[in-house]
Amino acid sequence: MPKIIYNTFDNQTHSIDVQNGLSVMEGAVQNDVPGIDADCGGGMACATCHVYVDENWFDKLPKKEDGEEDMLDMAFEPKKNSRLSCQLIVSDELDGLIVNIPSKQA
Amino acid sequence: MNKTDALIIGAGPTGLFTAHQLKLIGLNCEVVDNLDKIGGQCIELYPDKPIYDIPAIPECTGEELTNNLLNQLKPFDIKFHLNDRVDEVKKDNDKWLIKTSNGKTFLTPNVIIAGGVGSFEPRKFSPKECERFENKSLLYSIKDKKIFKGKTVTIFGGGDSALDWSIELSKDSKINLIHRRDEFRGAQATVNKIHELVKEGKINLYTKYQMSSVNGSDKLESIVIKNDEGEAKILDTDYVLGFFGLIMQLGPIANWGLNLDKKTIQVDTEKFETNQKGIYAVGDICTYPGKLKLILSGFHEGALAARACFKLARPNEKYRFEFTTSSKTIKNRLGVKSD
Repeated sequence: MPKIIYNTFDNQTHSIDVQNGLSVMEGAVQNDVPGIDADCGGGMACATCHVYVDENWFDKLPKKEDGEEDMLDMAFEPKKNSRLSCQLIVSDELDGLIVNIPSKQA
Repeated sequence: MNKTDALIIGAGPTGLFTAHQLKLIGLNCEVVDNLDKIGGQCIELYPDKPIYDIPAIPECTGEELTNNLLNQLKPFDIKFHLNDRVDEVKKDNDKWLIKTSNGKTFLTPNVIIAGGVGSFEPRKFSPKECERFENKSLLYSIKDKKIFKGKTVTIFGGGDSALDWSIELSKDSKINLIHRRDEFRGAQATVNKIHELVKEGKINLYTKYQMSSVNGSDKLESIVIKNDEGEAKILDTDYVLGFFGLIMQLGPIANWGLNLDKKTIQVDTEKFETNQKGIYAVGDICTYPGKLKLILSGFHEGALAARACFKLARPNEKYRFEFTTSSKTIKNRLGVKSD
Protein backbone atom coordinates (compact mmCIF):
# COMPACT_ATOMS: atom_id res chain seq x y z
CA MET A 1 0.00 0.00 0.00
CA PRO A 2 1.33 3.49 -0.79
CA LYS A 3 2.61 5.46 2.17
CA ILE A 4 1.46 9.03 2.65
CA ILE A 5 3.40 11.25 5.01
CA TYR A 6 1.38 13.87 6.84
CA ASN A 7 3.31 16.54 8.75
CA THR A 8 1.14 18.40 11.20
CA PHE A 9 1.64 22.04 12.13
CA ASP A 10 3.16 21.09 15.49
CA ASN A 11 5.84 19.04 13.71
CA GLN A 12 4.38 15.59 14.27
CA THR A 13 4.85 13.17 11.40
CA HIS A 14 2.17 10.60 10.63
CA SER A 15 3.25 7.97 8.16
CA ILE A 16 0.10 6.20 6.98
CA ASP A 17 -0.50 3.34 4.57
CA VAL A 18 -3.42 4.44 2.46
CA GLN A 19 -5.29 2.16 0.09
CA ASN A 20 -5.17 2.98 -3.62
CA GLY A 21 -8.27 4.87 -4.67
CA LEU A 22 -8.85 6.67 -1.40
CA SER A 23 -8.14 10.39 -1.26
CA VAL A 24 -5.31 11.86 0.77
CA MET A 25 -8.08 13.53 2.84
CA GLU A 26 -9.75 10.17 3.58
CA GLY A 27 -6.40 8.68 4.53
CA ALA A 28 -6.03 11.40 7.16
CA VAL A 29 -9.59 11.38 8.48
CA GLN A 30 -9.84 7.59 8.75
CA ASN A 31 -6.56 7.43 10.66
CA ASP A 32 -7.24 10.36 12.99
CA VAL A 33 -4.50 12.57 11.61
CA PRO A 34 -5.34 15.92 13.21
CA GLY A 35 -5.76 19.16 11.30
CA ILE A 36 -7.86 18.07 8.34
CA ASP A 37 -11.52 18.91 8.92
CA ALA A 38 -13.11 18.00 5.57
CA ASP A 39 -16.41 19.60 6.52
CA CYS A 40 -18.13 18.90 3.20
CA GLY A 41 -16.98 15.28 3.11
CA GLY A 42 -14.94 15.48 -0.09
CA GLY A 43 -17.36 17.33 -2.34
CA MET A 44 -14.95 20.14 -3.20
CA ALA A 45 -17.51 22.45 -1.60
CA CYS A 46 -15.41 23.82 1.25
CA ALA A 47 -11.70 24.35 1.77
CA THR A 48 -11.14 22.58 5.07
CA CYS A 49 -8.94 19.72 3.83
CA HIS A 50 -6.30 22.16 2.64
CA VAL A 51 -2.67 20.95 2.61
CA TYR A 52 0.68 22.29 1.44
CA VAL A 53 2.28 19.71 -0.83
CA ASP A 54 6.02 19.15 -0.43
CA GLU A 55 7.84 21.07 -3.17
CA ASN A 56 9.45 17.96 -4.65
CA TRP A 57 6.02 16.42 -5.06
CA PHE A 58 3.92 19.34 -6.22
CA ASP A 59 4.66 19.03 -9.96
CA LYS A 60 4.21 15.26 -9.92
CA LEU A 61 0.55 15.53 -8.94
CA PRO A 62 -2.33 15.64 -11.42
CA LYS A 63 -3.22 19.26 -12.19
CA LYS A 64 -5.98 21.09 -10.35
CA GLU A 65 -9.42 21.47 -11.82
CA ASP A 66 -10.83 25.02 -11.94
CA GLY A 67 -13.20 24.25 -9.09
CA GLU A 68 -10.33 23.35 -6.80
CA GLU A 69 -8.49 26.61 -7.47
CA ASP A 70 -11.73 28.51 -6.78
CA MET A 71 -12.15 26.77 -3.44
CA LEU A 72 -8.50 27.40 -2.55
CA ASP A 73 -9.27 31.15 -2.70
CA MET A 74 -11.18 30.51 0.49
CA ALA A 75 -8.61 28.40 2.25
CA PHE A 76 -6.69 29.63 5.28
CA GLU A 77 -3.40 31.14 4.04
CA PRO A 78 -3.20 29.49 0.63
CA LYS A 79 0.24 29.28 -1.03
CA LYS A 80 1.59 28.20 -4.41
CA ASN A 81 1.83 24.59 -3.28
CA SER A 82 -1.68 24.47 -1.80
CA ARG A 83 -4.04 21.64 -2.71
CA LEU A 84 -7.31 20.26 -1.42
CA SER A 85 -6.44 16.81 -0.14
CA CYS A 86 -9.87 15.44 -1.13
CA GLN A 87 -8.82 15.91 -4.77
CA LEU A 88 -5.58 13.91 -4.44
CA ILE A 89 -6.35 10.28 -5.13
CA VAL A 90 -3.81 7.82 -3.77
CA SER A 91 -2.06 5.54 -6.27
CA ASP A 92 1.27 3.71 -6.47
CA GLU A 93 2.74 6.80 -8.16
CA LEU A 94 2.03 8.79 -4.99
CA ASP A 95 3.88 6.39 -2.70
CA GLY A 96 5.91 8.55 -0.31
CA LEU A 97 3.91 11.75 -0.94
CA ILE A 98 4.59 14.37 1.73
CA VAL A 99 1.91 16.88 2.67
CA ASN A 100 2.11 19.58 5.34
CA ILE A 101 -1.04 20.46 7.23
CA PRO A 102 -1.67 24.18 7.88
CA SER A 103 -2.03 25.62 11.39
CA LYS A 104 -5.77 25.72 10.93
CA GLN A 105 -8.40 25.11 8.30
CA ALA A 106 -10.61 28.15 8.80
CA MET B 1 -42.66 34.02 23.51
CA ASN B 2 -43.47 31.69 20.59
CA LYS B 3 -45.07 28.37 21.48
CA THR B 4 -44.83 25.57 18.98
CA ASP B 5 -44.95 21.76 18.81
CA ALA B 6 -41.46 21.58 17.34
CA LEU B 7 -38.66 23.98 16.53
CA ILE B 8 -36.43 23.10 13.59
CA ILE B 9 -32.92 24.50 13.53
CA GLY B 10 -31.75 24.72 9.93
CA ALA B 11 -33.65 25.40 6.71
CA GLY B 12 -31.69 23.08 4.44
CA PRO B 13 -33.34 20.18 2.57
CA THR B 14 -33.53 18.01 5.67
CA GLY B 15 -35.07 20.78 7.80
CA LEU B 16 -37.61 21.57 5.08
CA PHE B 17 -38.75 17.97 4.62
CA THR B 18 -38.88 17.47 8.38
CA ALA B 19 -41.23 20.47 8.54
CA HIS B 20 -43.37 18.80 5.87
CA GLN B 21 -43.55 15.58 7.86
CA LEU B 22 -44.52 17.41 11.06
CA LYS B 23 -47.31 19.35 9.34
CA LEU B 24 -48.54 16.20 7.62
CA ILE B 25 -49.12 14.47 10.94
CA GLY B 26 -50.84 17.54 12.34
CA LEU B 27 -48.11 19.20 14.37
CA ASN B 28 -47.06 22.79 13.94
CA CYS B 29 -43.47 23.95 13.69
CA GLU B 30 -41.24 26.95 13.14
CA VAL B 31 -37.82 27.06 11.49
CA VAL B 32 -34.75 29.13 12.44
CA ASP B 33 -31.74 29.56 10.15
CA ASN B 34 -28.61 31.65 10.43
CA LEU B 35 -28.47 32.35 6.68
CA ASP B 36 -30.57 35.07 5.07
CA LYS B 37 -32.18 32.56 2.73
CA ILE B 38 -33.79 29.13 2.73
CA GLY B 39 -31.87 26.12 1.38
CA GLY B 40 -28.81 25.59 3.57
CA GLN B 41 -25.72 24.08 1.93
CA CYS B 42 -27.70 23.47 -1.28
CA ILE B 43 -28.13 27.20 -1.76
CA GLU B 44 -24.96 28.43 -0.14
CA LEU B 45 -22.41 25.94 -1.45
CA TYR B 46 -23.75 24.50 -4.69
CA PRO B 47 -26.88 26.27 -6.03
CA ASP B 48 -25.83 25.52 -9.64
CA LYS B 49 -24.25 22.11 -9.19
CA PRO B 50 -26.39 19.18 -10.30
CA ILE B 51 -27.27 16.47 -7.78
CA TYR B 52 -27.90 12.97 -9.18
CA ASP B 53 -28.94 10.91 -6.17
CA ILE B 54 -32.29 12.22 -5.00
CA PRO B 55 -34.77 9.33 -5.37
CA ALA B 56 -37.02 9.75 -8.44
CA ILE B 57 -35.25 12.96 -9.48
CA PRO B 58 -32.59 11.99 -12.02
CA GLU B 59 -30.92 15.38 -11.93
CA CYS B 60 -31.52 18.70 -10.21
CA THR B 61 -29.46 21.60 -8.90
CA GLY B 62 -29.29 22.65 -5.26
CA GLU B 63 -31.52 25.59 -6.08
CA GLU B 64 -34.12 23.45 -7.88
CA LEU B 65 -34.21 20.99 -5.01
CA THR B 66 -34.81 23.81 -2.54
CA ASN B 67 -37.58 25.30 -4.69
CA ASN B 68 -39.25 21.90 -5.05
CA LEU B 69 -39.18 21.36 -1.30
CA LEU B 70 -40.68 24.80 -0.76
CA ASN B 71 -43.41 23.96 -3.28
CA GLN B 72 -44.15 20.83 -1.31
CA LEU B 73 -44.57 23.01 1.81
CA LYS B 74 -47.03 25.37 0.10
CA PRO B 75 -50.19 23.87 1.64
CA PHE B 76 -48.81 24.58 5.08
CA ASP B 77 -48.29 27.71 7.07
CA ILE B 78 -44.75 27.59 8.43
CA LYS B 79 -42.96 30.50 10.01
CA PHE B 80 -39.31 30.91 9.01
CA HIS B 81 -36.94 32.98 11.14
CA LEU B 82 -34.00 33.73 8.85
CA ASN B 83 -30.82 35.64 9.66
CA ASP B 84 -31.20 34.36 13.19
CA ARG B 85 -29.21 31.82 15.13
CA VAL B 86 -30.31 29.66 18.05
CA ASP B 87 -27.88 30.51 20.82
CA GLU B 88 -29.40 28.87 23.91
CA VAL B 89 -31.40 25.70 24.53
CA LYS B 90 -32.40 25.30 28.17
CA LYS B 91 -34.66 22.90 30.02
CA ASP B 92 -37.90 24.50 31.27
CA ASN B 93 -39.91 21.87 33.19
CA ASP B 94 -40.83 19.30 30.54
CA LYS B 95 -40.20 21.70 27.66
CA TRP B 96 -37.24 23.46 26.07
CA LEU B 97 -36.72 27.20 26.22
CA ILE B 98 -34.87 28.53 23.21
CA LYS B 99 -33.23 31.91 22.72
CA THR B 100 -31.94 33.27 19.43
CA SER B 101 -29.26 35.84 18.65
CA ASN B 102 -31.99 38.33 17.67
CA GLY B 103 -33.61 37.91 21.08
CA LYS B 104 -36.56 35.74 20.02
CA THR B 105 -37.71 33.06 22.45
CA PHE B 106 -39.51 29.78 21.85
CA LEU B 107 -41.08 27.28 24.21
CA THR B 108 -41.44 23.80 22.75
CA PRO B 109 -41.37 20.13 23.78
CA ASN B 110 -39.34 19.24 20.66
CA VAL B 111 -36.18 20.68 19.14
CA ILE B 112 -34.98 19.18 15.86
CA ILE B 113 -31.43 20.08 14.91
CA ALA B 114 -31.08 19.92 11.13
CA GLY B 115 -28.01 22.10 11.14
CA GLY B 116 -25.87 20.51 8.42
CA VAL B 117 -22.30 21.15 9.51
CA GLY B 118 -23.20 24.00 11.82
CA SER B 119 -23.85 27.62 11.03
CA PHE B 120 -22.28 29.54 8.21
CA GLU B 121 -19.94 32.31 9.32
CA PRO B 122 -17.76 34.55 7.15
CA ARG B 123 -14.22 33.37 6.60
CA LYS B 124 -11.87 35.84 8.20
CA PHE B 125 -8.45 37.31 7.55
CA SER B 126 -5.69 35.18 9.02
CA PRO B 127 -3.56 37.82 10.85
CA LYS B 128 -4.79 37.86 14.44
CA GLU B 129 -4.53 41.64 14.83
CA CYS B 130 -7.30 42.09 12.25
CA GLU B 131 -9.79 41.35 15.04
CA ARG B 132 -9.02 44.72 16.64
CA PHE B 133 -10.71 46.54 13.78
CA GLU B 134 -13.44 44.01 13.10
CA ASN B 135 -16.94 45.48 12.72
CA LYS B 136 -15.40 48.97 12.83
CA SER B 137 -13.21 49.50 9.79
CA LEU B 138 -12.63 45.87 8.85
CA LEU B 139 -15.82 44.24 7.62
CA TYR B 140 -17.03 40.96 6.16
CA SER B 141 -20.40 42.26 4.97
CA ILE B 142 -21.89 45.62 4.11
CA LYS B 143 -24.92 46.98 5.87
CA ASP B 144 -24.72 50.64 4.87
CA LYS B 145 -22.69 51.56 1.81
CA LYS B 146 -22.94 55.30 2.56
CA ILE B 147 -20.14 55.06 5.15
CA PHE B 148 -17.62 54.48 2.34
CA LYS B 149 -18.35 57.72 0.47
CA GLY B 150 -15.15 59.64 -0.25
CA LYS B 151 -13.02 57.05 1.59
CA THR B 152 -10.35 54.61 0.51
CA VAL B 153 -11.69 51.06 0.60
CA THR B 154 -9.50 47.98 0.18
CA ILE B 155 -11.42 44.90 -0.94
CA PHE B 156 -10.07 41.35 -0.75
CA GLY B 157 -11.47 38.41 -2.72
CA GLY B 158 -12.00 37.04 -6.22
CA GLY B 159 -15.64 36.05 -6.30
CA ASP B 160 -18.81 37.91 -7.20
CA SER B 161 -19.20 39.66 -3.83
CA ALA B 162 -15.72 41.19 -3.99
CA LEU B 163 -16.09 42.18 -7.63
CA ASP B 164 -19.66 43.52 -7.41
CA TRP B 165 -18.83 45.68 -4.40
CA SER B 166 -15.63 46.94 -6.06
CA ILE B 167 -17.66 48.12 -9.05
CA GLU B 168 -20.45 49.58 -6.93
CA LEU B 169 -18.21 51.41 -4.45
CA SER B 170 -15.81 52.70 -7.15
CA LYS B 171 -18.47 55.30 -8.00
CA ASP B 172 -17.86 57.26 -4.79
CA SER B 173 -14.72 55.77 -3.21
CA LYS B 174 -11.11 55.02 -4.00
CA ILE B 175 -10.87 51.24 -4.40
CA ASN B 176 -7.97 48.81 -3.98
CA LEU B 177 -8.90 45.29 -5.08
CA ILE B 178 -6.64 42.48 -3.91
CA HIS B 179 -6.77 38.83 -4.92
CA ARG B 180 -4.38 35.93 -4.44
CA ARG B 181 -4.19 35.02 -8.14
CA ASP B 182 -4.82 36.53 -11.60
CA GLU B 183 -8.03 34.63 -12.33
CA PHE B 184 -11.35 35.66 -10.80
CA ARG B 185 -14.29 33.42 -9.96
CA GLY B 186 -16.89 36.10 -10.74
CA ALA B 187 -19.16 36.22 -13.80
CA GLN B 188 -17.22 37.07 -16.98
CA ALA B 189 -19.15 40.31 -17.60
CA THR B 190 -18.28 41.45 -14.08
CA VAL B 191 -14.61 40.56 -14.56
CA ASN B 192 -14.57 42.55 -17.84
CA LYS B 193 -16.08 45.53 -16.07
CA ILE B 194 -13.40 45.33 -13.38
CA HIS B 195 -10.63 45.41 -16.00
CA GLU B 196 -12.29 48.43 -17.63
CA LEU B 197 -12.38 50.28 -14.32
CA VAL B 198 -8.74 49.35 -13.68
CA LYS B 199 -7.82 50.90 -17.08
CA GLU B 200 -9.78 54.03 -16.25
CA GLY B 201 -7.87 54.28 -12.97
CA LYS B 202 -10.97 53.86 -10.82
CA ILE B 203 -9.79 50.61 -9.25
CA ASN B 204 -6.21 49.76 -8.23
CA LEU B 205 -5.81 46.05 -8.78
CA TYR B 206 -3.19 43.98 -6.95
CA THR B 207 -3.18 40.30 -7.85
CA LYS B 208 -1.07 37.53 -6.29
CA TYR B 209 -1.11 39.48 -3.03
CA GLN B 210 -2.60 38.57 0.34
CA MET B 211 -3.12 40.39 3.62
CA SER B 212 0.00 40.40 5.79
CA SER B 213 -0.69 42.90 8.59
CA VAL B 214 -2.78 45.89 9.63
CA ASN B 215 -1.51 49.17 11.12
CA GLY B 216 -3.20 51.81 13.24
CA SER B 217 -3.85 52.48 16.90
CA ASP B 218 -7.50 53.44 17.45
CA LYS B 219 -8.27 53.80 13.82
CA LEU B 220 -7.14 51.64 10.92
CA GLU B 221 -4.49 53.57 8.98
CA SER B 222 -2.85 51.22 6.55
CA ILE B 223 -2.34 47.58 5.69
CA VAL B 224 0.59 45.55 4.40
CA ILE B 225 0.04 43.06 1.60
CA LYS B 226 2.58 40.47 0.50
CA ASN B 227 2.96 38.25 -2.56
CA ASP B 228 4.32 34.71 -2.78
CA GLU B 229 7.85 36.03 -3.29
CA GLY B 230 7.58 37.92 -0.02
CA GLU B 231 7.45 41.38 -1.63
CA ALA B 232 5.43 43.73 0.52
CA LYS B 233 3.36 46.80 -0.26
CA ILE B 234 1.88 49.28 2.18
CA LEU B 235 -1.55 50.63 1.30
CA ASP B 236 -3.19 53.53 3.13
CA THR B 237 -6.85 52.71 3.65
CA ASP B 238 -9.88 53.74 5.68
CA TYR B 239 -11.78 50.49 5.34
CA VAL B 240 -10.94 46.86 4.59
CA LEU B 241 -13.54 44.43 3.25
CA GLY B 242 -12.95 40.67 3.13
CA PHE B 243 -15.10 38.47 0.88
CA PHE B 244 -13.70 34.96 1.27
CA GLY B 245 -17.00 33.12 1.35
CA LEU B 246 -18.43 31.31 4.32
CA ILE B 247 -17.23 28.56 6.60
CA MET B 248 -19.31 26.20 8.67
CA GLN B 249 -18.89 26.17 12.42
CA LEU B 250 -20.72 24.07 14.96
CA GLY B 251 -21.08 27.23 17.05
CA PRO B 252 -23.40 27.27 20.09
CA ILE B 253 -24.66 23.69 19.46
CA ALA B 254 -21.52 22.53 21.27
CA ASN B 255 -22.84 24.05 24.53
CA TRP B 256 -26.22 22.32 24.76
CA GLY B 257 -25.08 19.26 26.67
CA LEU B 258 -25.35 16.89 23.72
CA ASN B 259 -23.10 13.89 23.15
CA LEU B 260 -20.86 14.84 20.26
CA ASP B 261 -18.56 12.86 18.01
CA LYS B 262 -16.14 15.31 16.38
CA LYS B 263 -18.50 17.86 14.84
CA THR B 264 -21.57 15.60 14.75
CA ILE B 265 -24.30 14.74 17.26
CA GLN B 266 -24.89 11.17 18.40
CA VAL B 267 -28.47 9.90 17.97
CA ASP B 268 -30.42 6.66 18.15
CA THR B 269 -31.88 5.27 14.94
CA GLU B 270 -35.44 4.88 16.17
CA LYS B 271 -36.29 8.49 16.94
CA PHE B 272 -33.05 10.22 15.97
CA GLU B 273 -33.09 11.54 19.49
CA THR B 274 -29.92 12.81 21.18
CA ASN B 275 -28.96 12.06 24.79
CA GLN B 276 -31.44 14.83 25.75
CA LYS B 277 -35.11 13.86 25.67
CA GLY B 278 -36.97 15.96 23.11
CA ILE B 279 -33.86 17.07 21.23
CA TYR B 280 -33.33 15.32 17.92
CA ALA B 281 -30.63 15.63 15.26
CA VAL B 282 -31.20 14.80 11.59
CA GLY B 283 -29.27 15.17 8.33
CA ASP B 284 -25.54 15.76 8.02
CA ILE B 285 -25.17 16.86 11.62
CA CYS B 286 -26.22 13.54 13.17
CA THR B 287 -24.16 10.40 13.48
CA TYR B 288 -24.93 6.74 14.21
CA PRO B 289 -23.44 3.43 13.06
CA GLY B 290 -23.73 3.32 9.28
CA LYS B 291 -24.61 7.00 8.84
CA LEU B 292 -24.49 8.20 5.23
CA LYS B 293 -24.22 11.93 4.60
CA LEU B 294 -26.78 11.93 1.81
CA ILE B 295 -29.81 14.17 1.42
CA LEU B 296 -32.04 11.10 1.14
CA SER B 297 -30.85 9.89 4.55
CA GLY B 298 -31.81 13.26 6.00
CA PHE B 299 -35.35 12.83 4.65
CA HIS B 300 -35.71 9.45 6.33
CA GLU B 301 -34.28 10.72 9.61
CA GLY B 302 -36.61 13.73 9.57
CA ALA B 303 -39.68 11.56 8.94
CA LEU B 304 -38.90 9.40 11.97
CA ALA B 305 -37.97 12.31 14.24
CA ALA B 306 -41.28 13.99 13.33
CA ARG B 307 -43.22 10.91 14.55
CA ALA B 308 -41.23 10.93 17.76
CA CYS B 309 -42.22 14.59 18.30
CA PHE B 310 -45.90 13.61 18.27
CA LYS B 311 -45.66 11.80 21.57
CA LEU B 312 -44.26 14.79 23.43
CA ALA B 313 -46.43 17.38 21.67
CA ARG B 314 -49.71 15.42 22.07
CA PRO B 315 -49.16 13.28 25.19
CA ASN B 316 -52.85 12.39 25.44
CA GLU B 317 -53.33 11.32 21.84
CA LYS B 318 -52.17 8.23 20.06
CA TYR B 319 -50.31 8.62 16.77
CA ARG B 320 -51.87 6.64 13.95
CA PHE B 321 -49.87 5.90 10.84
CA GLU B 322 -51.65 6.96 7.66
CA PHE B 323 -50.85 7.11 3.93
CA THR B 324 -51.15 10.34 1.94
CA THR B 325 -52.87 8.35 -0.81
CA SER B 326 -55.79 7.31 1.34
CA SER B 327 -56.09 9.43 4.49
CA LYS B 328 -58.90 11.99 4.49
CA THR B 329 -57.34 13.82 7.43
CA ILE B 330 -54.05 14.21 5.62
CA LYS B 331 -55.78 15.32 2.43
CA ASN B 332 -57.61 17.98 4.39
CA ARG B 333 -54.31 19.20 5.79
CA LEU B 334 -52.90 19.31 2.27
CA GLY B 335 -56.01 21.10 1.01
CA VAL B 336 -56.65 18.53 -1.70
CA LYS B 337 -60.02 16.94 -2.51
CA SER B 338 -60.49 13.37 -1.39
CA ASP B 339 -62.20 10.97 -3.79
